[in-house]
Amino acid sequence: MAQLSLRGIRKRFKALEVLHGIDLEISHGELIVFVGPSGCGKSTLLRLIAGLDPISDGDFLLNGRRMNDVAPSRRGIAMVFQSYALYPHMDVYENMAFGARLMGLTKAEVEARIADAARMLRLEPLMQRKPRELSGGQRQRVAIGRALVRKPELLLLDEPLSNLDAALRSDVRLEIAKLHRDIGGTTIYVTHDQVEAMTLADRIVVMNQGRIEQFGTPRELYETPANTFVATFIGSPRMALLPVTRDGSQLGLAGSGAVDAGMQIAGDERELTLGVRPDGLILRPANAATGLAAKVVYTEYLGDNAYVYARLSEGTLVSIRCSPDTRPAPEEDVRIDLVPGKAHVFNRTSGERLPA
Amino acid sequence: MSASAMAYSDRSGLVGRLGRDGLIQIILIANTFIMLAPIVLMIFSAFKTNPQIFQTPFALPDFTNLSNIAKIWTETNFLRYLINSAIVTGTSLLLILTLGTMAAYAIARYQFTGSGFVLMFFVAGLTLPLKLAIIPLFVLMRDLGVLNTQAALVIIYVAMGLPTTVFIMTGFIRTLPNELEDAARMDGASEARIMWSIMLPLVRPAMVIAGIQNVVPIWNDFFFPLIFIQSDHLKTLPQGLTTFMGEYTTDWGVLFAGLTLSAAPIILIYIILSRQFINGMTAGAVK
Repeated sequence: MAQLSLRGIRKRFKALEVLHGIDLEISHGELIVFVGPSGCGKSTLLRLIAGLDPISDGDFLLNGRRMNDVAPSRRGIAMVFQSYALYPHMDVYENMAFGARLMGLTKAEVEARIADAARMLRLEPLMQRKPRELSGGQRQRVAIGRALVRKPELLLLDEPLSNLDAALRSDVRLEIAKLHRDIGGTTIYVTHDQVEAMTLADRIVVMNQGRIEQFGTPRELYETPANTFVATFIGSPRMALLPVTRDGSQLGLAGSGAVDAGMQIAGDERELTLGVRPDGLILRPANAATGLAAKVVYTEYLGDNAYVYARLSEGTLVSIRCSPDTRPAPEEDVRIDLVPGKAHVFNRTSGERLPA
Repeated sequence: MSASAMAYSDRSGLVGRLGRDGLIQIILIANTFIMLAPIVLMIFSAFKTNPQIFQTPFALPDFTNLSNIAKIWTETNFLRYLINSAIVTGTSLLLILTLGTMAAYAIARYQFTGSGFVLMFFVAGLTLPLKLAIIPLFVLMRDLGVLNTQAALVIIYVAMGLPTTVFIMTGFIRTLPNELEDAARMDGASEARIMWSIMLPLVRPAMVIAGIQNVVPIWNDFFFPLIFIQSDHLKTLPQGLTTFMGEYTTDWGVLFAGLTLSAAPIILIYIILSRQFINGMTAGAVK
């Protein structure tokens, strides 16, 4: 059982504050992903939870117990490092046994746990090998095995896939998801890859510049991003942001005409930001009555569908998903219209989402 | 193969390649000869009498003539000197490696104010010519009451050996990844265990380098024993062997036999450790 509470967590390195008050409640059994651009503080936060760096301010509670000053090994947490950090001079068995022995377990218990982990991760044939004799994927499994042997309540993974090649990455991703279900503990996973985050997570913490931008399920983040940062960070191709002027339900874009928002927009600001994803737009012919005028730049054919990249007259490049059969040619003039209910509207200055 | 290498072999062909590789071989063989010749001559001379050494210095000796070696065993305290050398060198080396590694570990792995200054303090020792300070050192040892004891030698050798050792070890320990230490900390290892079980096995090549760097000059040192040791039963090998160098006559054969016996342990240690030594020297280059 592991239930985490982070309350006003701050981290300072000398005068530089890198985490500006993180509040987070994570319940038992969840797979949480911290995602954000590099330097956003996600790895720092993970190290604070692990106890490898001291927390400057705020409280970290695990199962209701304050953990700020508890040694890393006494928190019931295990961590898989980005570089795996296997002990190079020990074989696979010794790597896994090192931590278990330090827990004061009996010899039989240590062996049983290692056998369990080895079976689960298919490491049995590798037990006598040194880390340098293993492939990247095998090292990764050993690193996870070493963490599992400690039977942690909370498992931390720091960018575990970044050193693997693309083909292996999706395999290991599946394995991690399966492992998380099998163990039934809480897992925190750090990555900068939003696809990894979307596919793995029960809930995602999107971080930027030492703050949490949004915390929610992948679907919530995709469908109701809290602000323009989350909106453009989640989803690929990324959401286009257009500076529009409201006139009733019409949203006008300088030089390109206007579109109907197709929904009620709260507040009364006239200057707004309109966010549109490729699946929230449809192409219309150049002589259509509605839609924003644009010129096609290039198209991407992906088999089951295609993406059209078009430049609006004020200069923004937007991508539109369309059927591969009706792909327009480059340099063609088109009109772009909104799919009703799929538009996102944000406050122009604060970037906050305006409720529909 | 790179483009330039292709062009090179195309132009010069087999003859060119043989010429270049052959030249390298000749230089290496010549170098080997220059390095080994004095050692071989020393061993040869150990089996010759004084007249033989001067009449036929390069001739093969009669290896069954063990009179020089017998003379060493019977007429001097050779075994005593050997044990003394081993005690002094062993103790110094143990202290140098223990203290040096611990100091280097602290400087390299822990962030504290003044760590840079402490490292500079150690490295500054490299620039001190200890022999220039021999008179103050003598006074110091006298006041400490350790004149004519092996402790005097050990103290000086440790002081001499620490700068290079700390310098080598600090550089090496800094290259070890921080995540290893973090991983061990997560596993519940104490600071002492992290150093002993995780870091020390990884810095062994550097310790071998530091060890060899120190063992040769300490074992061969003649100057400090000459100043600080008077009693015959405390003398080290290089000092003890001077018994055979008289003011008017020197028994070269016996001297060379003693030198051979005295060099043998070091050469053996070097051969045994050379694999580690070479591994250590190239460790940074290939990783």
